[in-house]
Amino acid sequence: MSSELDDLYQEVILDHGRRPRNFRVIADPDRQAEGLNPLCGDHFKLYVKLDGERIQDIAFEGSGCAISKASASLMTTSVKGKTVHEAEELFSRFHRLVTEGPDKVPLSELGKLAALSGVCEFPTRVKCASLVWHTLKNALEAQPKVVSTE
Amino acid sequence: MRVHPSPPEAEVVALHKPVAEPAAEPFDADQVRCDFPILSRPVRGKALVYLDSAATTQKPRQVVESMARFFDQENANVHRGVHFLSERATEAYEGARERVRKFLNARQSSEIVFVRGTTEALNLVAFTFGKQRVGAGDEVVITEMEHHSNIVPWQMLCAEKGAKLVVAPIDDRGVLLLDELEKRLGPRTKLLSVTHVSNALGTVNPLPEIVALAHARGIPVVVDGAQGAPHCAADVQALDCDFYAFSGHKIYGPTGIGVLYGKAEHLEAMPPWQGGGDMILQVSFEKTIYNRPPYKFEAGTPNMAGAVGLGAALDYLESLPRDAAWAHEDDLLAYGTAALARIPGLRLIGTAPRKAAVLSFVFEDIHPHDIGTVLDREGIAIRTGHHCAQPLMHRFGLPATARASLGLYNTRAEIDALVTGLEKVRRMFA
Repeated sequence: MSSELDDLYQEVILDHGRRPRNFRVIADPDRQAEGLNPLCGDHFKLYVKLDGERIQDIAFEGSGCAISKASASLMTTSVKGKTVHEAEELFSRFHRLVTEGPDKVPLSELGKLAALSGVCEFPTRVKCASLVWHTLKNALEAQPKVVSTE
Repeated sequence: MRVHPSPPEAEVVALHKPVAEPAAEPFDADQVRCDFPILSRPVRGKALVYLDSAATTQKPRQVVESMARFFDQENANVHRGVHFLSERATEAYEGARERVRKFLNARQSSEIVFVRGTTEALNLVAFTFGKQRVGAGDEVVITEMEHHSNIVPWQMLCAEKGAKLVVAPIDDRGVLLLDELEKRLGPRTKLLSVTHVSNALGTVNPLPEIVALAHARGIPVVVDGAQGAPHCAADVQALDCDFYAFSGHKIYGPTGIGVLYGKAEHLEAMPPWQGGGDMILQVSFEKTIYNRPPYKFEAGTPNMAGAVGLGAALDYLESLPRDAAWAHEDDLLAYGTAALARIPGLRLIGTAPRKAAVLSFVFEDIHPHDIGTVLDREGIAIRTGHHCAQPLMHRFGLPATARASLGLYNTRAEIDALVTGLEKVRRMFA
């Protein structure tokens, strides 16, 4: 097995892909958005509960490949409790990680998200890893009422 | 809706006439592979196992050389110049048209229109023949297994005309239900468009029966032959279809060239599609007199080198012993079907008795995209996704499948490599 493949499918990724965290519905979300990658069939719904500027709770449901699901799971655990601004900053660091590689971003600033550092070697998988983050951005930028991309 | 699990040894009926005795000329896949330089290049440090021919086939050197020769020795614009090279280019281009006529067994070469590919051919029919024929309240019938290219143009036409798109269902094996199709052919049906071979399932549709059902009601039939022409006999007189479309790049030819066959009487009566040079006889600012078919549908300088390359691809195919080549494809499909069916947790999607060249599957709950990435690192190229057939995926309750698709150059050893690769996939995600 190539080591790049092992870097991509690290144990953390496989674990979060199999047993995604925050994989549930929030019944009365302040924000929600849908992320769809029609090319691969990845499809997630994201729910956010806000306390002022702070992400009080966040959850997702849907289906996708191991990378997209693990990324969604890790994203929810990483941004829960953070402010909207902090979440946006984290997205920007995460985006650099998966597009430019781990050398460009101090891994210490990424926490668990560093597990996705192998993605940069697989250009076709960057969109899998990024899907849920774009969905989060859409949810946070939306008007403070329930929105749907449907 | 879920499909039934495939039987452990899915039954496959040989698509082509069974060869009772060994073919007079044996098929030498290794020899064929030598004609495809790309097959010997390493990929990610491994020998390439190319199982994505339904997406695009590789090209034999004969095709590439024919195109280089055209550019080096014959290139000029067709149908206009009085000079030597223009004559040569016209001969080459029209020679390719005659080559395609022979391949499809069309009555005359004016029934062969060069287009960019199957998608463009189907759009051409929808927006000329379809536009002329379909009105408000009318119906266009397609099937549940169609590629987006054979859905969307009809949807666009129906939306424009206030007509209805009617879909004939398939069963859990991926077989078109002919009685259900027949029920949908009514007095308002103005057109039936159906695929010859399903790109996502491999199902071979019984075109003679389908055409007979439609013609009995005076309904013309359009055939999407993108996957049919490379793997089945596409004799348009025997099939008696009204239109047949296929792509060069899926039949060992270049990209950017394809064919629309249309019965002469239809092509004569159809309005032109795009306006421009070559499709006219005479232009004044008051009025334009259109050229005759096929030129009426070939506005602008055509893809001359592409047509030449396609002609060379058909020459190449014909240079191979045809029965033996088809027997080879049947053997690979049967071997692959049995090999994949033996893998625990693997489920074939598309188990029709008559199939061609496609092994679509899902594997435990491993997403096809992950399967594709792991196989890719083994040098194995397969397609993963919805195969431009989202309604079909929905029918099977799947977001995507993994698809290994076969060409003349594939071997049993490559199927074995796929099986070994899938064992690695299982180890990784188990």
